[in-house]
Amino acid sequence: MSFFSRNEKKYISRYWKEVKVGDFVQLRCNEIIPADILLLSSSDPDGLCHIETANLDGETNLKQRQVVRRFLELVKFDPLKFTSVIECEKPNNDLSRFQGYIVHKSGKKDGLFKENLLLRGCTIRNTEEVAGIVIYAGHETKALLNNNGPRYKRSKLERQMNADVLWCVLILLIMCLFSAIGHGLWVWQYAEKKKPIFDLPGPDGKYLSPVLASVYLFLTVIIVFQVMIPISLYVSIEIVKICQVYFIHQDKDLYDEETDSQLQCRALNITEDLGQVQFIFSDKTGTLTENKMVFRRCTVSGIEYSHDDNGELMIFFFYLTIEKDITPDPSLLEKVNECAKHLEVMRSHEQPLSHLSPELCDIFDFFIALTICNTVVVTAPNHRLTSGSNSSSSSSLATSKSMHRFGVLSSTSTDSTLLKLEEKLTYSAQMNNNGYSSQQGRTAVGSGPGEGELRYEAESPDEAALVYAARAYNCSLVGRLSDQVSVELPHLGTLSFEVLHTLGFDSVRKRMSVVVRHPLTDEINVYTKGADSVIMDLLLPCSSDDPWGKHQKKIQSKTQNYLNLYAVDGLRTLCIAKRVLSKEEYACWLKSHLEAESSIENREELLFQSALRIEKNLHLLGATGIEDRLQDGVPETIANLRKAGLQIWVLTGDKQETAVNIAYACKLLDHDEEIITLNAESPETCAVLLEQCLQCVESKFSNTTIDEAAGNMTVGFTPLYPPSSPVLSSLGLVIDGRTLAYALEPTLEDKFLALAKRCRSVLCCRSTPLQKSMVVKLVRDKLKAMTLAIGDGANDVSMIQVADVGVGISGQEGMQAVMASDFAIPRFRHLEKLLLVHGHWCYSRLANMVLYFFYKNAMFVALLFWYQFYCGFSGSSMVDQWYLIFFNLLFSSLPQLITGVLDKDVPAEVLITVPQLYKSGQNMEEYKPHMFWMNMIDAMYQSLVCFFIPYFTYYDSDVDIFSWGTPITTIALFTIMLHLAIETKTWTFLHWSSCIFSILLFFFVALVYNASCPVCHPPSNPYWTMERLMGDPMFYFTCIISPVVALLPRYSIFSHLQLGRQLSKLSPQNRTQLLTKLNVRRQTQSFADSFSPSLVSYASDCYKACNQSAPLPTSPQTSESLFQKHPKAEHTTDQTVAASPEGAVLYGENKLPSSASSLERSTGFHEVRHGTSEMESLPVGAAFPWSSAVDQADFSLLKWISSTPLFSRIGTVLQVSSSSLQNEPQDSMCVLGSSLHVDFKGLKEQSSNNLQDKMKGTPADYCKNDNSETTFL
Amino acid sequence: MKNKTSSLPQEGEARPSRCPDNSAFKQQKLPAWKPQLTIAAVLSSFFLTGVFCLSVGVCLIMSANSVREIQIDYSDKCSDCSKLRENSSNWNKECHCSVNFMLKEDILGDVFMYYGLQNFYQNHRRYVISRSDAQLLGRNVNIQKSYCAPFTTYRNGTPMAPCGAIANSMFNDTIDLFYNLNSSVIQVPLLKTGNSWWTDKNVKFRNPKSYNLSSAFAGTARPPYWQKPVYLLDEEDERNNGYVNDDFIIWMRVSAFATFRNLYRRVRRIRQFADGLPAGNYTFHISYNFPVTKFKGRKHVILSTVVWSGGSNPFLGIAYVVSGTAATLTEDI
Repeated sequence: MSFFSRNEKKYISRYWKEVKVGDFVQLRCNEIIPADILLLSSSDPDGLCHIETANLDGETNLKQRQVVRRFLELVKFDPLKFTSVIECEKPNNDLSRFQGYIVHKSGKKDGLFKENLLLRGCTIRNTEEVAGIVIYAGHETKALLNNNGPRYKRSKLERQMNADVLWCVLILLIMCLFSAIGHGLWVWQYAEKKKPIFDLPGPDGKYLSPVLASVYLFLTVIIVFQVMIPISLYVSIEIVKICQVYFIHQDKDLYDEETDSQLQCRALNITEDLGQVQFIFSDKTGTLTENKMVFRRCTVSGIEYSHDDNGELMIFFFYLTIEKDITPDPSLLEKVNECAKHLEVMRSHEQPLSHLSPELCDIFDFFIALTICNTVVVTAPNHRLTSGSNSSSSSSLATSKSMHRFGVLSSTSTDSTLLKLEEKLTYSAQMNNNGYSSQQGRTAVGSGPGEGELRYEAESPDEAALVYAARAYNCSLVGRLSDQVSVELPHLGTLSFEVLHTLGFDSVRKRMSVVVRHPLTDEINVYTKGADSVIMDLLLPCSSDDPWGKHQKKIQSKTQNYLNLYAVDGLRTLCIAKRVLSKEEYACWLKSHLEAESSIENREELLFQSALRIEKNLHLLGATGIEDRLQDGVPETIANLRKAGLQIWVLTGDKQETAVNIAYACKLLDHDEEIITLNAESPETCAVLLEQCLQCVESKFSNTTIDEAAGNMTVGFTPLYPPSSPVLSSLGLVIDGRTLAYALEPTLEDKFLALAKRCRSVLCCRSTPLQKSMVVKLVRDKLKAMTLAIGDGANDVSMIQVADVGVGISGQEGMQAVMASDFAIPRFRHLEKLLLVHGHWCYSRLANMVLYFFYKNAMFVALLFWYQFYCGFSGSSMVDQWYLIFFNLLFSSLPQLITGVLDKDVPAEVLITVPQLYKSGQNMEEYKPHMFWMNMIDAMYQSLVCFFIPYFTYYDSDVDIFSWGTPITTIALFTIMLHLAIETKTWTFLHWSSCIFSILLFFFVALVYNASCPVCHPPSNPYWTMERLMGDPMFYFTCIISPVVALLPRYSIFSHLQLGRQLSKLSPQNRTQLLTKLNVRRQTQSFADSFSPSLVSYASDCYKACNQSAPLPTSPQTSESLFQKHPKAEHTTDQTVAASPEGAVLYGENKLPSSASSLERSTGFHEVRHGTSEMESLPVGAAFPWSSAVDQADFSLLKWISSTPLFSRIGTVLQVSSSSLQNEPQDSMCVLGSSLHVDFKGLKEQSSNNLQDKMKGTPADYCKNDNSETTFL
Repeated sequence: MKNKTSSLPQEGEARPSRCPDNSAFKQQKLPAWKPQLTIAAVLSSFFLTGVFCLSVGVCLIMSANSVREIQIDYSDKCSDCSKLRENSSNWNKECHCSVNFMLKEDILGDVFMYYGLQNFYQNHRRYVISRSDAQLLGRNVNIQKSYCAPFTTYRNGTPMAPCGAIANSMFNDTIDLFYNLNSSVIQVPLLKTGNSWWTDKNVKFRNPKSYNLSSAFAGTARPPYWQKPVYLLDEEDERNNGYVNDDFIIWMRVSAFATFRNLYRRVRRIRQFADGLPAGNYTFHISYNFPVTKFKGRKHVILSTVVWSGGSNPFLGIAYVVSGTAATLTEDI
């Protein structure tokens, strides 16, 4: 970067930080722009400067910037002669806007626009040298104003953890308060005169009063007990998260070969949120779909060309960049060739164009429009960086010409006489001289279209798709300058269109136009391309009287039909239209347009109005259908995510038909589903509609007849697929942008949410970025749900930022979404592994680690607390100060980190194949609020054991304080290691080595420390303590028994867990025998299969209790009492099966200990379902055979269930129940409920056919019924 | 995951730069052991634990039961003396009392004599640190910088030797044991050295170097509660005097609890005490110096033997038996 020095009158190099507003700066090719600079001079003959904005928006295509108009005329820009005054708006963060004006010395004003501004952070490309004046510098640049700094998100788990940390603080304060009061009393018991010899006076010889002593002690024990507040937890969590992020990064399943990109974790602190997501908000384009637009179909003049070959090609050459390889439709190609031939003949004979048949004319215009009505930049791949020298080689000629040309163009004169033949000649001459465009064009054509010599860089992929499509019909874009477009046509050669104006695309107009002068006819044409809904309204109204008008009308209606067909196929539709302006019309419009352009205030609005004025009375040429291909694996991913209990909403800017079709294609909506479509014109109708739908849905859920409900819904409720069974199928909600705006009003949002909550999938079409974020915010705040937003484009940024977890797809639409996201994945399908596997792991690892941390700290601190009872609450500690410091830091930190990083509760394959396991994260099953207290109680129990076993062992002995404290430290270390070992689900050599290392480290440190010099560590002096202890058998005996006793409860629960799994792994033959036996007996006993709800809930409570990994000495009793209770319940419900509000199918598993024979076990399976009327009406007899049929089928199911550790907990219940059964009569029933999220599809397949018929419709319901209760017996 | 395999880079191909390594560690596929406990394993683990604990517990209980121990509380029996000691102005008055007891059985083996204190909070936080290890190593250090306060120096600046509350409060009763054999009174020979840890005696405690002990401690004064200076702790044995006095070293090893015992003497196994203490009548002659009434404390004198598993405390054995039983029962459940 060179900075112009006024003193030395030349450019000198300077640091960026020295750039100030008003400095003149000169930049060369490939330099990065240091500030927001107004472009005053460029080496480019046309006063253009190409910049790459990848640093700002990630778009890699080159953008053009223009020298301020009046400075173009200068042959050489000299900063010393710059005397103008620049006025501009205050620094703001709007990258796409810049307004200002420059007042020249002569008093003339020129407007300044964003095309004149070079933004900081961009790179100069293709331009040898530019110069400009700094407008904004430093923090006032738009790039920096856009940088909001990093966003801090705190994960749900961390928020929950923070609440528990506060509890820890409270516990700490209680302990400190208790100690303080205790110490006060202890001091108080020794009267003033009778101070004992061990209660020391202060240095001044005076004793503290009991109150003062307790205040001091309170402060002292805060320091002693401060380990209770797990400061190290935060550090450990950070370390674990970094490692988790590392592993997610390294997963090669999340790597996309095609784009050579892998997952990026941009947020380091919310990995575990991935395991708790409940709602996914997805963008459609580029997220569910490839965003690789393929030109699939078109219709010109009402004739459809289907391009069937492209579909096939796509299947075979998916990984090729298919957008370039388009097989033209033969009939259309023929017509194009014919048309071109005609044209050539006409041109050579100087005939007017009107001799062409209207159809051919339309075809010709259609392709011209496809080619030029866009902002595509042409680059030759090898040309991109070296073009600067190329253009400068012919600069002398080009400069003079362009000067001349610009002189004409920039003149405010509207005189149409300026458009003369002479000018045209100049162009053609220039064409021949300009080596750049014509040369390039030739090579492109000569080497054939397939070789892709030319690359098109478009701002949106569908523009590029259209240009490639046109090229397939030999109508290729070969060059684009700011004022002219060169098109290579067959037979005709290169035609260059003078671009008079480009009216860019905006989302309000939904169209873009170019105003060109046609080189053949010299007419001024407006080519417009836009959404069909807007273009159709802007067409020239044609009277049905004259035949031409009739024909047009027919074409229009035909085209509209095809457009509808395209939309049904999920294609993006665009209409192409044209308008021929007379010179007078143009002159008139040009005048107003130029006024608008040069106005300084309100320019955008004026330009908008101006565009509206010219884009009317259009003549429809045709329409295109562009396919946005679904990404690989999207339907499967959505299905799996849905099985995992995730609700997927799609928020898209596309129109309703397209969105619905894509939704069907990716199985978001199912054809069995009822679709509620909300399209309202006003807030009132929207309110009515919502109310009706809600009522309808409510009534359906309460099982009233659907016909009636559907009858009520005349406005918007369209059951597309009438339900075949009385069982309620799932609902889908489709809502369009306008209705969504009404529904998001504060008065209606609750109703909308209530309705949307009921629906399996929600599809919001035509939604703006703001609406997207509002929807996400609504769900996040109102439902208190964990939300994930996934998108790829700039329009998803707000949504991504609002959601708890933002995922960006590093796809086609630039980097903005990725920049805003927490995680960036290459493909939508990667979301599956990211959530189901990594999310689950991260959550379960962190949750377990956090709980373990709380336990560990509490357990260790409690040891010190118990000691206070025996040292007069004086705050002394039996654990040496260095052990206190190192215990958390060194001795016990590594294993838990390893476990926190590497433990796998369920293998990845199982997590993928059984997505239901994800629900454990959603329901916070690993870390429920009460788990903290269970762990605290466990910690208290363990610390009591670890304290009092050594205490009583050494009671009334000559043990000294450290000879007693060191074994306690050792015991505590062993205990928490073994505790961790029980908690660890998978052991790798890292786990082993970390545990062994920690213990060895402790002994090593202790031995070295205790053997080091006796005066080095005042005031404690544990010299030779460890050495002596290790020669004492008592030390070993104490260190063995204490951890064993401390962990016996936890271990027995753990092993029961494991045993339950073993039980369900009995050989099928044995079990079948036992089961059939049991069933026969049961039937003869006219066994009742219904439970009172209270019992079931009681049972599930019991299950939950057993589910705790904390020691629960009460759980066997609980289940025992349950068993005692059950026979009573059985009796009472015996006769009321059919009337029972909850249809319940019972099937049991029983362990019948037999004294004589070996263990006679039988397993069974019991199912309770809520609220299905069908089950209510089923007679008991009908339900019962089913259960017995399941007997045969359930082994695989059970096996499968038990193969997943999560479900293995049921085994605990099983074991506990069977053990308690010993005292019960043989056939007594014991019931333990648990909520099992099981995909019963496997069950369905295996059950017998007749039952399948009976159960028709219900299995699907099973899959969704999260509340299905499974009871083991 | 339909395309999972196809999207993976083929082995041997030149991988794109950004593709993660296919190593077991990075893909989290390290060979792992998932503890799969079979019924047999679980049952046997409980069973073995139970059996182990039970057998260890029985051994421990048996060995603890083999310990002979006799404990005599003499804080009330010498009530006169304790009253005398309540008033600290009587510090230099001597007071003796004697306690008779009878051994019904012989105590065979090495017999250890302990003094026991109750309610003496030697583990009080400020008491525990009130010492200067450097001083006790015989180094001439500035004890003002140590934790000895307020027992550092006298008002006149004379440093205390040894300084600190622990040393100041040293147990200073002298207890002698007499064996009454047929009206003749034989003093039981007691060893007063070799009772402390070897490392304490030889590493942690050192007398200041000088030609004799009294000159080594010149310029220092005894702690306020002491009756005699530190170099007169044992006038008979030069190697048991000063800081390296065994009684002193043992006292300086602060106990873990408020109720504790410290080893005082060992019975020297000669003559009729070669096998231990024979049954018969014995008398403790106690020079009562240490006041305990202030803190409602008690003083004991304990005669005990020692086994490999420690003292007479059967708790550990009971704990093993109980937990062994619990483990075995858990297995049955």
